[in-house]
Amino acid sequence: MDTTSPPQAARGWSSGVIRAAPIVLGYMPIGIAFGVLAHKAHISALNTLLMSVLVFAGSAQLIAVGMFAGGASAPSVVATTFVVNLRHLLMSASLAPFLKRWRPLELATFAFQLTDETFASHSARFPSALPDKAEVLALNMTAQTAWVFGTWLGIVAGQIVADVEPLALDYALPAMFIALLVLQIGDRLQVAVALLSGAAVVGLLLLGVGQWSVIVATVIGATLGVVLETWIKKPSS
Amino acid sequence: MDQKTVFVAILGMALVTYIPRFAPVWWISSRTLPTLLVSWLRYVPVAVLSAMLLPALLRADGRQMHFAPDNIFLWAALPTLAVARKTRSLFGAVVVGMVTVALIRMVWR
Repeated sequence: MDTTSPPQAARGWSSGVIRAAPIVLGYMPIGIAFGVLAHKAHISALNTLLMSVLVFAGSAQLIAVGMFAGGASAPSVVATTFVVNLRHLLMSASLAPFLKRWRPLELATFAFQLTDETFASHSARFPSALPDKAEVLALNMTAQTAWVFGTWLGIVAGQIVADVEPLALDYALPAMFIALLVLQIGDRLQVAVALLSGAAVVGLLLLGVGQWSVIVATVIGATLGVVLETWIKKPSS
Repeated sequence: MDQKTVFVAILGMALVTYIPRFAPVWWISSRTLPTLLVSWLRYVPVAVLSAMLLPALLRADGRQMHFAPDNIFLWAALPTLAVARKTRSLFGAVVVGMVTVALIRMVWR
């Protein structure tokens, strides 16, 4: 049942667009980097834009472009995308309890635009205020519009710029991960989890686990976090 | 580059990306999760971001990683981290990181 009156819904939409501003700014350099690199990897403009519309997952898209440039096959790109994006399963699960009143179609729309950045924004907001559908969906729509627009700017720029290495576009992804990590960390246990998970992924890569390392290290890190949490809480109780 | 292969890969990418995004909100939104699972889920974003960051910084390629001090990605992480902590801005951190790498490359060549 939707009891929101038109003026309220309009307010929700505009506040969602405003709340998306930091995400829009963050997506611009990364979207442009993606567009430029896709162009340099000889992926057509249509396919590049289509990827931003249909997949909408920054890191996976950048990784896919790197793989295509290196001559990887379609199945291996899809498999890597699956592994890299499997983390959204856990993000989706952690937001799910706040979306009990939503209709299936609304949930389907919401899930399509669940990225690291929209997740970070929603997970900071949901616990304090019951999510306003119009606001949440407007934020997501604005974010994806910025992502597709950034991609297009990158494709155009890629046709003009000859040598991209001096532009340091290859640092967009690591820098984005650093910023998202800082924004997610709330307490010391989370710092410990980040360090443990980082150590685990390096160890797993050295052992030759390959592309599964990220998921395995995530499970190790989160599990150790719960273990530490219960271990710290026990003596005081 | 065969654009048809890329297109098919994009459709596959879209599918395998959407399922993990949608399945949990669809299944869990009407259920109550055990407390232990909820606290485990709380650590996932930090764990997964860190697990993606390290290989990117060390320029991992298979078992090969660049731990040496001539890896400029490691040095550029310092100002990026500082700006992210101070401003909490995704945009600011990404721009500072990229500018740092670009400047180091300019000086070294």
